[in-house]
Amino acid sequence: MEIFGIPIQAFLGQLLLGLVNGSFYAMLSLGLAVIFGLLGIVNFAHGAFYMMGAYVAFVALDVFGLNYWMVLLIAPLLVGIVGVVLERTLLKHLYKIDPIYGLLLTFGLALIAEGMFREFFGVSGQSYPVPDLLQGATNLGFMVLPNYRAWVVFASLSVCLSTWFVIERTRLGSYLRAGTENPQLVQAFGINVPMMVMLTYGAGCGLAALAGVLAAPVIQINPLMGSNLIIVVFAVVVIGGMGSIMGAIITGVALGLIEGLTKVFYPEASNIVVFVIMAIVLLIRPVGLFGKEA
Amino acid sequence: MQTQQTTLTHKNHQQALLGLSICLALLIAAPFIGIYPIFMMKALCYAMFAMAFNLLMGFTGLLSFGHAAFFGAAGYTTGLLIRSFGWSPEMGVLAGTAIASLCGLGVGLIAIRRQGIYFAMVTLAMAQMFYFVFLQAPFTGGEDGLQGVPRGELLGLISLENDLSLYFVVLAVFVAVFMFVIRIVHSPYGQVLKAIRENESRAISLGYNVNQYKLMAFVLSTAIAGLAGSMKTLALGFVTLNDAHWSLSGEVILMTLLGGLGTFTGPALGAFTIIGLQNFLADQVGSWINVIIGVIFVICVVAFRRGFIGELKHWMTLRNKT
Amino acid sequence: MKLKKIISALSIAGLGMVGIHAQAQVSGDVIRIGFITDLSGLYADIDGPAGAEAIRMAIADLGGSVAGKKIELLVADHQNKPDVAAAKAREWFDTQGVDMLVGGTNSGTALAMAKVAQEKKKLFIAIGAGTSALTNEQCNAYTIHYAYDTVALAKGTGGAVVKAGGKSWYFLTADYAFGASLQNDTANVVKAAGGTVVGAVKHPLSASDFSSFLLQAQGSKAQILGLANAGGDTINAIKAANEFGITKSMKLAGLLVFINDIHSLGLKSTQGMYLTDSWYWNKDAETRAWSRKFFEKLKRMPSSIQAADYSAASQYLQAVKAAGTDDSGKVSAQLKKTKINDMFAKGGYIREDGRMIHDMYLMQVKTPDKSVEPWDYYNVVETIKGEAAFTTKAESKCASWK
Repeated sequence: MEIFGIPIQAFLGQLLLGLVNGSFYAMLSLGLAVIFGLLGIVNFAHGAFYMMGAYVAFVALDVFGLNYWMVLLIAPLLVGIVGVVLERTLLKHLYKIDPIYGLLLTFGLALIAEGMFREFFGVSGQSYPVPDLLQGATNLGFMVLPNYRAWVVFASLSVCLSTWFVIERTRLGSYLRAGTENPQLVQAFGINVPMMVMLTYGAGCGLAALAGVLAAPVIQINPLMGSNLIIVVFAVVVIGGMGSIMGAIITGVALGLIEGLTKVFYPEASNIVVFVIMAIVLLIRPVGLFGKEA
Repeated sequence: MQTQQTTLTHKNHQQALLGLSICLALLIAAPFIGIYPIFMMKALCYAMFAMAFNLLMGFTGLLSFGHAAFFGAAGYTTGLLIRSFGWSPEMGVLAGTAIASLCGLGVGLIAIRRQGIYFAMVTLAMAQMFYFVFLQAPFTGGEDGLQGVPRGELLGLISLENDLSLYFVVLAVFVAVFMFVIRIVHSPYGQVLKAIRENESRAISLGYNVNQYKLMAFVLSTAIAGLAGSMKTLALGFVTLNDAHWSLSGEVILMTLLGGLGTFTGPALGAFTIIGLQNFLADQVGSWINVIIGVIFVICVVAFRRGFIGELKHWMTLRNKT
Repeated sequence: MKLKKIISALSIAGLGMVGIHAQAQVSGDVIRIGFITDLSGLYADIDGPAGAEAIRMAIADLGGSVAGKKIELLVADHQNKPDVAAAKAREWFDTQGVDMLVGGTNSGTALAMAKVAQEKKKLFIAIGAGTSALTNEQCNAYTIHYAYDTVALAKGTGGAVVKAGGKSWYFLTADYAFGASLQNDTANVVKAAGGTVVGAVKHPLSASDFSSFLLQAQGSKAQILGLANAGGDTINAIKAANEFGITKSMKLAGLLVFINDIHSLGLKSTQGMYLTDSWYWNKDAETRAWSRKFFEKLKRMPSSIQAADYSAASQYLQAVKAAGTDDSGKVSAQLKKTKINDMFAKGGYIREDGRMIHDMYLMQVKTPDKSVEPWDYYNVVETIKGEAAFTTKAESKCASWK
């Protein structure tokens, strides 16, 4: 059976793989949207934190023998702490001035992080094994799906939805949202806004690191894995519009699927399809699909 | 956005002119006092690139994070036309500049629809798209780059094979661009751009078609960036994917920031500094150079936002007040 | 204002000091070898600093000087950027008096350096790069291509795998010039040997996720999956192929694989894979002896590139001795007269088009149980004679060799 000239097996297979990629896009754009929504900073270093999460996983296994499940908790914590330190020392000086400087600062930080990891680990990349529990693959009939990839989809979507829930449906989330709109007022109510901002940045970086740990068994861990990805994630966020958390999640997944389809029909364009969509969306609806007017 | 108050009195004007003349004299003398002319040409081209960027960010307040795409687009055009189609150098450079402006128009039309930080992200994403096109297009030579671009003869008269002759051509173009940028900034058009940078809503309320002005500034900036890219192709004889990579976009931002955003000589100074650093340190420190660039970036953004010339100006105005 | 301009003028002049610092007297009594390779990036393991060490070993083995002149080695990192390589080469020729340039990995940089060397009329020996264009379209009197090239890889792996029964091929190709030429060269060989090319898919360079492309490969039902890519892409592709069970139904043919890649992937995922290389450390007593010396210094076994670095440097210096001068034209002529017999090649020689002709080896990766020590990864399946491995005169596109 064929769809548009492609056997249905291949079609569904690519779609599923696109879903896996989409989960990563969703997680990363979620972190970016959270940080931007609450800090006004476009975190160019998000890719570097993603990379650091993967390396923490690698070093934890290689040097300390800590297994994957422990690292899933440890890496986001460690990287989150790094994020908090950076926020306290460098970022907080920039809130009052043009957000462009925040972007440039995080860009510089990303360069430093990548440069240092390049020095210590080299560029060729490290391998990280799939955890035993998730080894093997399931034959779905139309393709063989490695169990680990199914786990990735499940884990990232759970994390995304929980984050969305916390921000949109809990009291803590309401404080966060209020804090962005009117920090003085919220502070006047006795809520420690700077602390909240600091922890939010840490949480955002932790989310990126978590994505990194999830990615480690799938792709070669190398210092440039973040920067290759971050620009696509930027495009995803522009398409989705940074106003909405759910928007970031949906757009991420959708773009992963579209990219997967492009790989079937027109593989040469798979690199640029996200950017082309971004251009189209900007021409039709500049605030993004889920964005709110400023 | 940091603003530079440039109130030039007549005396200041004379001093500025004298200072610039000294710089020019040094640049003319450079190859004769033993400085490697290829290094100077490279620095001059990147200085032009930085000036193009400064026109957009320093004077209009628009951060383009994808300027390398235009630098590279012009470079590839020039390289291809001169090497494979036998065009003369001046036609090749003109064509490169034209193509870069066209690309700038296309990207600008899309990017202008968003402001501030979104504008930056869109330019970055569009530039990345250009990069991938260059990567896959057969005529660019992909990872290998476009090699062996001959220098030819300028206007069919002066052979550019000699490093020295080419150097003076590049220098002449650089000086022309420098004066052109000054002209634009001091023109009524330039004043509107400054007004847009300072307070866009007020400019709109005054009746200016702000988007049109911004678009024109963008296209102008990409044209000059393209000119820089074409000249660099001519000077060094090749174009590679690096010339369109986002890391170059970041570097030109750093050059401008380091030298002084919104000043005239700042970007050129920043370019010379960064190119000089890369040249000098590349042998010593290898790939630590990226870390060093990152550190300079961070320092600049946190503590040195005015850049060399900006700090100097600030110091001078403070001194004049007492 | 005036102060500001003076300060900026002085800083520009100060930076010019960099240029002056770089300028030195042109060499008279020193033989300077310049080595530009990837020291820190994708190919740093297969060549890199260890390659520089290999050249130093060659210099040391000749006593540090030849024909009464001291030998000096300059090393630089091109970071896989042709512009950096070309700029460095030009600067070295112009200001440092470099007599001979050795080119490490990455075809783009090699092509760039070859152009500069040709312009400056200095000898350039390309070692780590694969592009056969160096001795075809871009051939010139000053370029020598030493170790391997894409034609040899294609004829080796392509031809021999078809002979061994792998008749139907599907290519996974890196979407850039090198990948395309590797696929083309191999496809031609496969078809000439009676095999078929069922299909091909191009993946973006440095793709992190090969799953979708591999899925298409599997759907083709070909016997052999030809990996027309290199470095990190090859490693990622092999990892994914194992993960998706591709290796159960298809055999992998790595078109550009070095022993360091196998070391990094492990035998479990690469066992049974065919590849062609110009040298293997465990081939015979002589290679083993030299490799143990290398291992002592660098704690790992040499790749074919590093061995070629040693051999090329050694042969160049001996040619200088024989010719009595370091003039590139004369040394190049001397090199082309010499038969090369060392631990890298037996009965090797350099042709008029600059191509170094020597035997290539088709190898297969061992299964883990057959490997007796670390780095013992290959079985040599077949020795391919030099004349059969490289471009023949009839096929050659070198304008000056007709």
